[in-house]
Amino acid sequence: MAEHILSSKLYWAIWAILICLTVVTALVARVDLGWFNPVAALLIATGKATIVVLFFMHVKYTSEKLTTMVIVSALFWLLILLALSLADYSTRPIS
Amino acid sequence: MATAAFSHEREHYLNKEYGIRSWLLTTDHKRIALLYLVSITFFFFIGGFLALLIRLELLTPAGDLVQADTYNKLFTMHGQIMIFFFLIPSIPAVLGNFLVPLMIGAKDLAFPRINLLSWYLYMCGGILMLHTLLTGGVDTGWTFYTPFSTAFSDTKVIEAGVAIFINGFSSILTGLNFVVTIHRMRAPGMTFSRLPLFLWSHYATSIIFLLGTPVLAITLLLVVFERAFNLGIFDPNRGGDPLLFQHLFWFYSHPAVYIMILPSMGVVSEIVPCFSRKRIFGYSFVAMASIGIAVIGFLVWAHHMFVAGMSLYAALIFSFLSYLVAVPSAIKVFNWTATMYKGSISFSTPMLYAFGFIGLFTMGGLTGLFLAALGVDVHVTDTYFVIAHFHYIMVGGAVMGYLGGMHFWWPKISGRMYPEGWGRLAALIVFIGFNLTFFPQFILGYLGMPRRYWQYPPEFQVLNVLSTAGSTILAVGYLLPMVYFLWSMRYGKIADDNPWNATGLEWRTASPPPTYNFEETPLVTWEAYEYDKMTLPAEVTLER
Amino acid sequence: MSDSSVAVEHTPELRHHFADMEQQRNAASLGMWLFLGTEIMFFGGMFCAYLIYRLAYYNEFAVASRTLSLPIGTINTAVLICSSLTVALSVRAAQLGKQKLVIVLLVLTLLFGLAFLGIKGYEWREKFVEHHIPGSSFSFDEAMPGHPEAKIDPRHAQIFFSLYFAMTGMHALHMIIGVGIFAVLILMAWRGRFTPEYHTPVEIGGLYWHFVDIVWIYLFPLLYLIDRHK
Repeated sequence: MAEHILSSKLYWAIWAILICLTVVTALVARVDLGWFNPVAALLIATGKATIVVLFFMHVKYTSEKLTTMVIVSALFWLLILLALSLADYSTRPIS
Repeated sequence: MATAAFSHEREHYLNKEYGIRSWLLTTDHKRIALLYLVSITFFFFIGGFLALLIRLELLTPAGDLVQADTYNKLFTMHGQIMIFFFLIPSIPAVLGNFLVPLMIGAKDLAFPRINLLSWYLYMCGGILMLHTLLTGGVDTGWTFYTPFSTAFSDTKVIEAGVAIFINGFSSILTGLNFVVTIHRMRAPGMTFSRLPLFLWSHYATSIIFLLGTPVLAITLLLVVFERAFNLGIFDPNRGGDPLLFQHLFWFYSHPAVYIMILPSMGVVSEIVPCFSRKRIFGYSFVAMASIGIAVIGFLVWAHHMFVAGMSLYAALIFSFLSYLVAVPSAIKVFNWTATMYKGSISFSTPMLYAFGFIGLFTMGGLTGLFLAALGVDVHVTDTYFVIAHFHYIMVGGAVMGYLGGMHFWWPKISGRMYPEGWGRLAALIVFIGFNLTFFPQFILGYLGMPRRYWQYPPEFQVLNVLSTAGSTILAVGYLLPMVYFLWSMRYGKIADDNPWNATGLEWRTASPPPTYNFEETPLVTWEAYEYDKMTLPAEVTLER
Repeated sequence: MSDSSVAVEHTPELRHHFADMEQQRNAASLGMWLFLGTEIMFFGGMFCAYLIYRLAYYNEFAVASRTLSLPIGTINTAVLICSSLTVALSVRAAQLGKQKLVIVLLVLTLLFGLAFLGIKGYEWREKFVEHHIPGSSFSFDEAMPGHPEAKIDPRHAQIFFSLYFAMTGMHALHMIIGVGIFAVLILMAWRGRFTPEYHTPVEIGGLYWHFVDIVWIYLFPLLYLIDRHK
């Protein structure tokens, strides 16, 4: 079994980044950036989620393409749900 | 190879162990398939009984057999039991469970204990549903539309919602098991391009199980929360939007139609080449059409909501996307027909059901195009036209495929042949009864008879009487196979390992198969459906 | 058993229907990933409802979001991130065969999980005291920031709180299940079941835990961080 064992230092570094990003996202929310506020919040959240998936969940080190495919298709299906529902709500004559 | 001569003493999955415990605690996929077979047959007859009551009420224009309240509960429970407890598990949980490992040359599914858990979840949901039925039932329609289901109905909505929620997990786990098994457990040489089309269609079905069912689960849970804890997500009094419920509900429930039809298409793709003695026409197109249906099926859901108040622009998009599903469906129908072209066709029972499937599915599919067209849909929404359309797909399509598959693989499952004459007779009765029941409903709907009413104007009576008469014939057609399958388990002719001279891996092991399916892990060196390289041995008679 | 083609390596953990340990491990891992895919769609239904209503009732959502405690939300996020670290380290310890360390890290994870649930429970209690639980006793007497005359429609605020309870409730349920899973893992580790060759349960349980963490990573900005700057 070709298992990839990462160093514990790397895990601690990831943890530090995640904690920093949590603080950053809470601070950024208090600054008025207009429409960029929710975008920033979601970008940071996506960044954190990606780091967790890649390192904590070892997706970066797996040779298995199937795992990536599962994640991508689930996200794609979520996008279908959101986009096509929104297609209805964003074109309704009255809100 | 084991032959019929000494099969009575050979050990196989049926005679390995005896007793209730050996069945209720089994992890053998073949035994679990039989557990499902017994339980879904039970629910089929309950749902069928409710259908007969509905038809009897509609025999006369007046509401005389049952009152409106009871009628509402009848069609609701008929829909919920038939869809969630019969149609959705039917082929995947019975034939799929039995055949997926056999067809890829594996000893079992990847997670045998989770497979057993699926059955127990199914039973928990089923018993809860039965309890709902016996203690008052639900009257929301199978669709649970809000705000009626959340604020107005005083029936057992919570209980039915929880029953279907639990049953959903059974589906999810079955789908998960199939995908992992097909990816990880294939015998050496069984590449994806050699996979029988039955497995491609089950793979596509599993995609829908995995990505659609959870959305239904959370939607029903939100309805339950709204009733039980007063949350207000769909409540128009608090600014909530009932249409949001419909969006979420149909995001699963439209693809659910493909959960019912795709496995049937898989069955037909096995039967047609075998009884035409020809290679399937356009293997990769049929395989990809399955995946195509599963994906496009997720893009069309709002065509159930055209008149519900959704945006006209979005309705146009959904209407267009709905037409797209016709493309892969038509590809399949054309390929089956092309497979039969110049084949040496034998009219055995499974093939009769396959014929029935192709014809009825084509009718159901084409009338679906009428409904996808915005203008026509406005005219026939919520009429019997819709009822006839989806029964042509679900009963004419899915159930025909299920019965065809049951006959095709019965020798493998039980080790016995069913009586061929009775089989053909039953197939004929089912076909006649089905058309007599549902064809008049197309006309009724087009004339404007609405669905879900317990009484109707007298001018609709003739067609309704025809429909009710058809349903009794259909009932006979469904009872017959149950009787002769049971009979054949004791008195049927002992089946050969490969009575149809078919090419699949499942026919290269004994009938019934041993517990671990194959004496040795098979090595696959051939493509699927090499019927052109297979000659019919003289002793194989297909009882023309 | 007529099982003549048994694999060469035969460890007690190898179930009969797999050819070898690697096949078994890959199957389990793919199974968990597929399950997490379904979980995305499960929460996806609620995210869809959230998106639609947030666009429709943005002001109400913003004011209602501001009644949630930012410090508590941030601390809870940090607690979950710490638990994810201990999970990742426990998988590593299992890979290296450090059996005692595995137990310690699993117990730490369990404690972080319980801490998260405790803090969440405290928050829910606060909502109860403030009458922010949807239903007949719901009351929400807030105005737009800077515009005391522009009262917020409490009915629409109720939609926010309905979503808040549905989403955090479902997340908490997943946490409770996770705590149950980790209790079992601790028991298995205690009995010395995990070796460098076989530690699939820790890996699979870890994947589940990280996923629940990721859901919270999204819930935190979506529920707590709407329009915080005013």
